Amino acid sequence: MAIAQPPGSSVDPRPASSGLLRRLGNQPVGRLLILPAIIYSVLITQAPFLLTIWYSFQRWNLLRPDRRDTIWFENYRYILTEFGAFREAILRTVTFTAGAVLISLLVGLLYAELVNHRFPGRGVVRTLLITPFLVMPVAAALTWKNLMLNPVYGVVDWVFRTVLPGDPSPNWTGTYPEISVIGVMVWRWAPFMMLILLAGMQSISEEIREAARVDGATPWQEFTGITLPHLYKFMQLGGLLGTVYIVNEVDAIYMLTKGGPGNATTTLPYLVYRTAIEGNNIGRGAALGVIAVILSMVAITILIRALDRMMRGTYADSVAGT
Amino acid sequence: MQTALQERSLTARRPRGFAIRRQRGFSKEGASATWAIAAWVIGLLAFFPVLYMVLTGFKTEQAAVDLPPKLVFEPTFDQYRAIFESDFRPFFVNSAVASVVSTAIVMLLALPAAYGIAIHPTRKAKDVLFFFISTKFLPPAGVIVPLFIIWRDLGLLGSLRGLVILYTAMNLPIAVWMLRSFFEEIPRDVLDAARIDGAGVIRELVEILLPMIAPGVVATMFISIIFAWNEFFFAVSLASAGTTTVPIFMVKFVTSEGLFWARLSAAGTMAILPIVLIGWIAQRQLVRGLSLGAVK
Repeated sequence: MAIAQPPGSSVDPRPASSGLLRRLGNQPVGRLLILPAIIYSVLITQAPFLLTIWYSFQRWNLLRPDRRDTIWFENYRYILTEFGAFREAILRTVTFTAGAVLISLLVGLLYAELVNHRFPGRGVVRTLLITPFLVMPVAAALTWKNLMLNPVYGVVDWVFRTVLPGDPSPNWTGTYPEISVIGVMVWRWAPFMMLILLAGMQSISEEIREAARVDGATPWQEFTGITLPHLYKFMQLGGLLGTVYIVNEVDAIYMLTKGGPGNATTTLPYLVYRTAIEGNNIGRGAALGVIAVILSMVAITILIRALDRMMRGTYADSVAGT
Repeated sequence: MQTALQERSLTARRPRGFAIRRQRGFSKEGASATWAIAAWVIGLLAFFPVLYMVLTGFKTEQAAVDLPPKLVFEPTFDQYRAIFESDFRPFFVNSAVASVVSTAIVMLLALPAAYGIAIHPTRKAKDVLFFFISTKFLPPAGVIVPLFIIWRDLGLLGSLRGLVILYTAMNLPIAVWMLRSFFEEIPRDVLDAARIDGAGVIRELVEILLPMIAPGVVATMFISIIFAWNEFFFAVSLASAGTTTVPIFMVKFVTSEGLFWARLSAAGTMAILPIVLIGWIAQRQLVRGLSLGAVK
């Protein structure tokens, strides 16, 4: 769906408009080369979304197909006014995404600064730091849940017991489900932020650093005065992309807590899965899906604006250049 | 390019330790040793869960829950034997097939599209690009319900074909953006020379440009394979009924044998191995794919 028109564009990207088709006929083959990809994307992503909207107006439970009926906005009314899990899920989605993105950015900044210096084995450390992002999230979440965070046999709990007085063996995924989920998400996404911020750090001109050092800047002053301001737009990019990726992540939630205890870790995408796929409630699930898309549009619009600015060359010298 | 940049920043950084650290009373060696130790400790900490999973896969079930955790022990291959005697193999093969086939289709669709956008740009080229990105950022939750119904009606629930179709759509926008950024780096005179030679569009693409961006094409394929291999939401929603991909194997395995941590770790190690290796090889290009070609 063309939810995200870049600002200032007035053209409709729909390939089906007859004017466009006629023009395409007169164009060089180059333009036709784009068509198959567009058609595929429209078929697999846009068309189902239209169906989501249609389903969202229906009372449709797969276990009671005889009661299927068009009820228009009843699903929305129910979700917005009576469905407690929805309000919780919105809150969870915002706190999880914001928490995971911000902490990932900070940890990623630390990672990037660490490997942006020369030391023996720098390449190896970089590779070690990237690895959590490559590991299949399902396998990673299982490792965290069992080997790391299990209250009896987990390594993390063992470290806590060994280091701290008393007998602190918190049942992480049971007692602190939110912290557990955000923690595993940060572990996975900090490397992503590191990669983007590292690219930013390496595009800082050495002349500027040199000049600062000649003026007697301490490493800390150099970091706060030169590195951080320069990294701002990279952090923006990382934060926005991270938001779009992380908000849809259900892997860690599914494996660590199954959305529980209760609804404590159920985000909006997971609530859609629970309602429609596990709960057979197609109509309500579809309405939740529509709401998820509408809410995402806000974040997406901001992202598209940023990327658009970048493509126009505002960032060209520092981001895409080098 | 990236290496050249790093080279430069490395050589230019040397005076810093010299001038500043000494001024504050530290030796250059001391400061960089501290830095190295800190970096290694943090790197190993971040990597530890992966390392520990790999090690646990070589333990007996008894040793897997032993505390304090042992990093040196007598390895056993029993868990791997058990995994390969279970039905792990078809899931693994299916994951490979789904990743490779969907990536092949992605390249068939994305290469011409990226080439068209970058080399034969029209007024609409940018809108097309943003159309692709908007499909990537459509939340899967927004389409999963009708897909579930369509898949059910077409008999695709629990099938690998269904996942291949979706993984193609999922990776297509990333591939178009990434390949476009590689095409745009091709010097203009190369294109002009090709035109003067009278090369047609297809010949220009296949014979002249593709070889030039071959590393970029490989990197794009790697990114696509990584995302397809690790994908979970579509798999668990639409394909958990069948013998499909490795994440589904993991979910089923937890349900049936979740208490066997060593065996689970062996399965997990097999599950992550191909992608971790590919990711290590492609790590220089990773950031480009993840940022949709914006950061190089």
